Amino acid sequence: MKPFTYSRANEERAAVKEIAASKGAKFIAGGTNLLDLMKMNVMQPAHLVDITHLGMKAIEENQAGGLRLGALVTNADTAYHPLVEQRYPLLSHAILAGASAQLRNKATDGGNLLQRTRCDYFYDTQTACNKREPGTGCSAIKGYNRNLAILGTSEYCIATYPSDMAVALAALEAKVNVTGPDGDRVIPMGDFHRLPGDTPHIDTNLQENELITSIDLPAKGFADHYAYVKVRDRASYAFALVSVAAGLELDGDTIKEARVALGGVAQKPWRLPEAEAMLQGQQASKENFGKVAAAYLQGAKGYGDNDFKIELAKRAIVRALLLATEMEGKS
Amino acid sequence: MSTNQIGKPTNRVDGRAKVTGEAKYAAEFHVPDLAHGVVVNSAIAKGKIKKIDTSKAMAVEGVFKVITHENRKDYACYDKDFKDMDAPPGSPFRPLYNGNILFNMQPVALVVAETLELARYAATLVEVAYEEEAHETDFEANRGEAYVPEKYNSTTPPKPWGNPEEALAKADVKVEVEYAHPTEHHNPMEMHATVAVWEENGKLTVYDKIQGVENTLQYITSSFGLPKEKVHVLSPFVGGAFGSGLRPQYQSFLAVLAALELKRPVRVMLTRPQMFSFGHRPRTTQRFALGASKDGKLEALIQDVFAETSTFEDYSEDVVIWPGLLYKCDNMKFSHKLVALDEYTPLDMRAPGGTTGIFALESAVDELAYKLGMDPLVFRLKNYTDKDQNNDLPFSSKELRACYIQGAEKFGWEQRSKEPRSMRNGHQLVGWGVAHGAWEAQQAKASAKAVLTTDGKLTISSATADIGTGTYTVMTQIAAETLGLPLEDVTFKLGDTSLPFAPLEGGSKTVSTVGSAVKKVCEKIGEKLLRLAQQQANSPLKDAELKDVTFTDGRLHLKSDTAKAVSFKEIMQLGQREQLEEEVSSKPSEEQKKFARFAHSVAFVEVKVDEDLGAIQVSRIVTAIAGGRIINPKTAKSQIMGAAVWGIGVALEEESVMDNNYGRFMNHDLEKYHVPVNADVHDIDVIFVEEQDTIVNALGAKGLGEIGIVSIAPAIVNAVFHATGKRIRHLPIKLDKLL
Repeated sequence: MKPFTYSRANEERAAVKEIAASKGAKFIAGGTNLLDLMKMNVMQPAHLVDITHLGMKAIEENQAGGLRLGALVTNADTAYHPLVEQRYPLLSHAILAGASAQLRNKATDGGNLLQRTRCDYFYDTQTACNKREPGTGCSAIKGYNRNLAILGTSEYCIATYPSDMAVALAALEAKVNVTGPDGDRVIPMGDFHRLPGDTPHIDTNLQENELITSIDLPAKGFADHYAYVKVRDRASYAFALVSVAAGLELDGDTIKEARVALGGVAQKPWRLPEAEAMLQGQQASKENFGKVAAAYLQGAKGYGDNDFKIELAKRAIVRALLLATEMEGKS
Repeated sequence: MSTNQIGKPTNRVDGRAKVTGEAKYAAEFHVPDLAHGVVVNSAIAKGKIKKIDTSKAMAVEGVFKVITHENRKDYACYDKDFKDMDAPPGSPFRPLYNGNILFNMQPVALVVAETLELARYAATLVEVAYEEEAHETDFEANRGEAYVPEKYNSTTPPKPWGNPEEALAKADVKVEVEYAHPTEHHNPMEMHATVAVWEENGKLTVYDKIQGVENTLQYITSSFGLPKEKVHVLSPFVGGAFGSGLRPQYQSFLAVLAALELKRPVRVMLTRPQMFSFGHRPRTTQRFALGASKDGKLEALIQDVFAETSTFEDYSEDVVIWPGLLYKCDNMKFSHKLVALDEYTPLDMRAPGGTTGIFALESAVDELAYKLGMDPLVFRLKNYTDKDQNNDLPFSSKELRACYIQGAEKFGWEQRSKEPRSMRNGHQLVGWGVAHGAWEAQQAKASAKAVLTTDGKLTISSATADIGTGTYTVMTQIAAETLGLPLEDVTFKLGDTSLPFAPLEGGSKTVSTVGSAVKKVCEKIGEKLLRLAQQQANSPLKDAELKDVTFTDGRLHLKSDTAKAVSFKEIMQLGQREQLEEEVSSKPSEEQKKFARFAHSVAFVEVKVDEDLGAIQVSRIVTAIAGGRIINPKTAKSQIMGAAVWGIGVALEEESVMDNNYGRFMNHDLEKYHVPVNADVHDIDVIFVEEQDTIVNALGAKGLGEIGIVSIAPAIVNAVFHATGKRIRHLPIKLDKLL
């Protein structure tokens, strides 16, 4: 680990000011990913601004009739919060499908949005990786890529963004509230993460020196018909090969609204609103779900070891939508 | 001699020390002025170091030295000086010997600094320029170059018998298939570590993670040319080893190198990724050809093995001995070839050769049974062998039939539905599978010492190891039983080269080997006590012989009359003895050579496979073990359960992934290299069947360290076939293979 300096911020504005003043500085909260990356010498921030003493630790109702999750609320506190369990069980399930109890106790909601890929090459500084060191090349494309992306890849990078929580947030159309040197702004979940293109080292649209302050959940939580299906190589403590967050609004057997987001397949949670719209007014049936699944995976590309994910993702979408349908919901 | 300590489920005598942190592992011996060494590993698999620039690392304040092949002190230069007790034939790897790179992640420098953090940081500043050469790490691509080694470090493959080709050609039903087992790396909880303490008088104390302190002592003294009396090796606790600690690993050599050079204590601990830089279970491919008559008699079996080794040592393991031990067949033939790759030499891993060989054998037999339309268990019974056909010897004992019967009953095998893909539970396909296995029950030479003091306390010692298996506990039980003492009056010492010699703890032979020495030395003390008692005037035991007396609760009395008794204390006081001391060696009996000595197991497994998504759950395991006399049913059960969990990993999860572009194993941490987690483990039932064996050793106990793993993976593979109708011949069965 490269030596670094450390300071603790007590207030949001001060935190932003401090990070802007020091080149190569990073915020640190739970540290469940950043500290590992520093120990592995994958990231070498010269300065850390500890934000754990800022507020941002509450879950409360927002003006839109939804919930606001403070950026520093832990993943565990979010998953087990009564209002989240009641109104956004999809989010609870997604969070609890990830990591371990110990990590969820430490990891924060804001930090979860910023966790980095788990690509083997990104973590091994003896190999080439465009995300870690732009311009060195991508080892994964011709190397071991079982757990890497099949959608939205580029010739420069096929990494995935590994979060479970964010897949549910994408399906729920959450919004990320940030503050920075130029003031506050709101980034919809769909725009938060970036596809690699020719700048795979930039994971998100959060600007340098911006701080995530909270996440807004809209009023609609799909609490009656939802499913989070995570397919992985062991029953716990493994990143998704493919995951699906699904939410349905049903009128009898007829679908009023459908949401589907995929995890483990791209550098961002994958949503295709036009494919979701195919279900509007349709019967909730395996056949119709299959069509949506096919639409989601159109244009997917495998790189050898991960070819199977294309078929697996289709099946997981169908499974998730069937589970959501079969739930004994109110409608 | 009857306190019934043997056979009693007993808590670990070191359990409290372990959970309170009082038990110290190699890296935990903190001494004043301890310096910390961090290893720099190579980025290439083959070539030469062109230049190694340590100036930036040396410029970091607090860095004492960066040791490389260019500036290291002299050490021995002959292969023989680097041959440890477990070295396979060849030229052992010598850390920092020269600039040649033989495998990826080879140690190329050791950075020694005041703190671990500084050393770790400075290690990132060491710049190495390489002259790269083309490497060969692709096993399949190199199979054409496979060779028969000059010498096997495992059993030489048995000579063929009968006429296998002809019998195969004539057989009614045939299976000719190939199975592949991947490379697996060792991931015990404790990573390899050594603390080498240099003292002013030139003495060296080495705390090492090792499965036998004698091996470190021999290796260190011969490679550095040090006199044995100057080096003291200790290893009181080992946090799991499973074979990874049989050979002294490079951190041990480097810690000593740095300590001698800097004349101060040095600690070197490997990181988890560095656990992927040395020995591993070799990738192994096996071709099986089996032929049977219509009624299910095995007529022919041919097994051809291709296994990975390094370019500098010929490692081999017992992959081909199992068919001749497990199936009666008049025509069998075997071959075992090696494929040399630019990787580190493979290393024994729990049931080396058995895990790989029995997986393939038991899968092939299952295929044959299905082809015959026979219950796989019935096939095994029909082709049961009472003889080790490899050596034409009878078994000292073999209660495998009892394992079948008791295991099948507990599992409910009778209710098995015959057809594959015929049982389901919602969207899960349910399958049942069975497999059996064997593991050697060896005894080696060992010594032990006993000291009985006037307070009635007994201390037994032997330089063996406890790698988490329960050696401390079972040796305490054996001694307590033999001399009729309560457990708390017995202390067992191990892991110290100042103690009497014991061989490496490996091959499931420690209870047999060290346990026999412990029993013998306690019997010697017993004899001494009796003789001493008889010297006293009016001794109630005057005319007794050893067979006439019993030791109970620290007393010696006549079997025929418990009132005729003397306490140990009295005996020693009257005899004016401060303590009684004995040291003995024990060795296997000549009688043993006339028998094949093996433990046996059977596993019945239920799996549930998600029909659409391929996810596999091992919902139930019943395993029955014939392991001779069970000294401690509690630690024994833990051993077998742990092995079963590992078996799940072998079947479904473990795989070291080689990137042939780099010649480097890429999934080198526990997030990426999967072993089972709690959620993967469901019901595991362990049955020990009654087995009497007077041949294996004086205790009648067979080892249990390895027998628990061998039959699990094939039973899972067979259950997956039964569930899905898909035969997966390439481990691990990850879910994509079932889509």
